Order: sequence, then structure tokens, then C-alpha cells
Amino acid sequence: MPRSFLTIGATLLVIGLAVGLPIALVVLGVLRWGDDVLFFLFAEIMIGAGLLVVTMRDIIRCGLAMIVCFGALAGIYVIAGAPLVAAAQVLVYIGAISVLILFAIMLTQTKDAPSSLVFQTQSLGAGIAAIVLAVIIALTVSSTDWPDVGARIHTATDHLATVLFSEYVLAFEIVSVLLLAAVIGGVFLAKRETGGPS
Amino acid sequence: MSDSLDAYLILAGLLFAIGTFGFLARRNAISMLMSIELMLNGVNLAIIAFGAFIQELSADGSVIALMVMAVAAAEATVGLAIVIAIYRNRRTPLVDEYDAMRR
Repeated sequence: MPRSFLTIGATLLVIGLAVGLPIALVVLGVLRWGDDVLFFLFAEIMIGAGLLVVTMRDIIRCGLAMIVCFGALAGIYVIAGAPLVAAAQVLVYIGAISVLILFAIMLTQTKDAPSSLVFQTQSLGAGIAAIVLAVIIALTVSSTDWPDVGARIHTATDHLATVLFSEYVLAFEIVSVLLLAAVIGGVFLAKRETGGPS
Repeated sequence: MSDSLDAYLILAGLLFAIGTFGFLARRNAISMLMSIELMLNGVNLAIIAFGAFIQELSADGSVIALMVMAVAAAEATVGLAIVIAIYRNRRTPLVDEYDAMRR
């Protein structure tokens, strides 16, 4: 019982910090009210859920945290002015890929899977490598002067459709054939052979 | 903050780094696939960010992001099918126990 209280308290603390930090930044004048606060909130949720995906012990909870991460990313797409991509993100990632991964998790669960060791022995090196990678990317991005960068623009969906079905129509068809091949290949690989070894 | 390209790109880099860590550190094959999905999403966010801030790439960025999503779906299908096929033979989803070619 005290342990569940502790969990609830920690969760409330994290939620309070996540909501309080952007408000504090608005008060301090770093963020502007509106898009900035939403962007900050979505970014927090996305990074937090992403960290939960790679660190949590129970893999089903990892899958559920991945859904949260993708949902927050769809929100960021909306803020970036790409509503069609956000809708596709919800449909494809949350609706299809996450459910597929959850099914695969449930098919490959063993009794002692959550209690056994989650990380490999190289996890310390992996953590250092990931932090170094993030720092290098951040430094490179902030020191690069991107050419032709203007104000943030909204992508009109009808213009996007025109471009997709005129300029990129060959790529579109190739991707549809690729999806068909992947589905057939997936069925073939996961099929249980009759008469084979179990 | 939401009006600067750098914020989006740094966010994408963070998501990519988290995915890298998960791919290198986790033992479960499905966890590694989930980390790959995180990395693909980071790349997608960078593409969308460039599309949102550069006038000429406005529609192209979204189209490329949709293509990446379709390819990611194909990758998830085949990858999970391979994991399930291996699981059926070896009875474990942990990658460090797949040592048939090392013995």
C-alpha cells in the first residue's frame, strides 16, 4: 500500500513539474503564450515517453509509452503546420505499428521475461554514446546557419496532394508495391510450417 | 521556441539519440525494433521541420515524411515476422541468446 502511494506521489510530482515548467518559463519571458507552450509541453511528453520506452522493465508498458510518444509527436507535427502528416502519424503509427508491436510482444512473452535482466552489458557505453550523439547533434544544429529559412509556414493539403500525385507519383506507386511485398513476406516468414520443427 | 528551426532539429536529435541508446542497450529484440521506430520518428520530425521552415520544401517535406512512414510500416511488418519466426525456434526474445552461429 505505501508503495502505490509512493508511485502516485511520484507521478503527480512529474506531472506537476511538466506543467509547471512551461508556465514558469512563460512568466520568466522565455516562452510566449500559445504555440510555444504547446510545443514545449508536447516536447516534454515526447522525450519523457521516449525515455520510458527505452528504460522500463515491463515491455508491454514500453509499448504503451511508445503510443504516448507517437501521439505527442503528432501534436508537434500539427504545430509545425503539417496536419496531414499528423493524421497519418496517428493512423499509421498509433493505429497500425503500435498495435502490431503490442501483438508481437504478447506472442513472445515468456514467464520470466520482465524479471530477467533488461539491459545488455554494454548499456553503459551505449548511454555514453547516445549522450555524446545528442550533444554533437545539438552543437551542429545550433552552430549551422541554415540557408533559405523563413517564417514557419502551413502546408496546404491540396497543394501537398497535387505534388504527391504529379511529381512523386512513381515513388508513391513503388512504395505501394513495397508495402504489398512486405505484407506477403511477413505472412510467409511468420507462417508456421506444417511438418517442420514445431 | 516553436518559431525556430533549431528547436525542432534539436528535439529530433534527442529522439534519435534516445532510439540509439535503446537499440544498443536493450536485450529484447522487440525493444530494439521499438527503438528503431523512435529513430525513424526523429528523422521524420527533422524532415517535417525543414518542410515547415523552407518555402520550396513545403510540400516535398510532407511527401517524403509520408514515404518514410510507409517504409517504416513495411520494416515493422518484416522485422516482427522475423522475430516471431526466431522465437518459434529458440523460445526466447532475447538477442544475446541467439548464438547459433557463434558456437
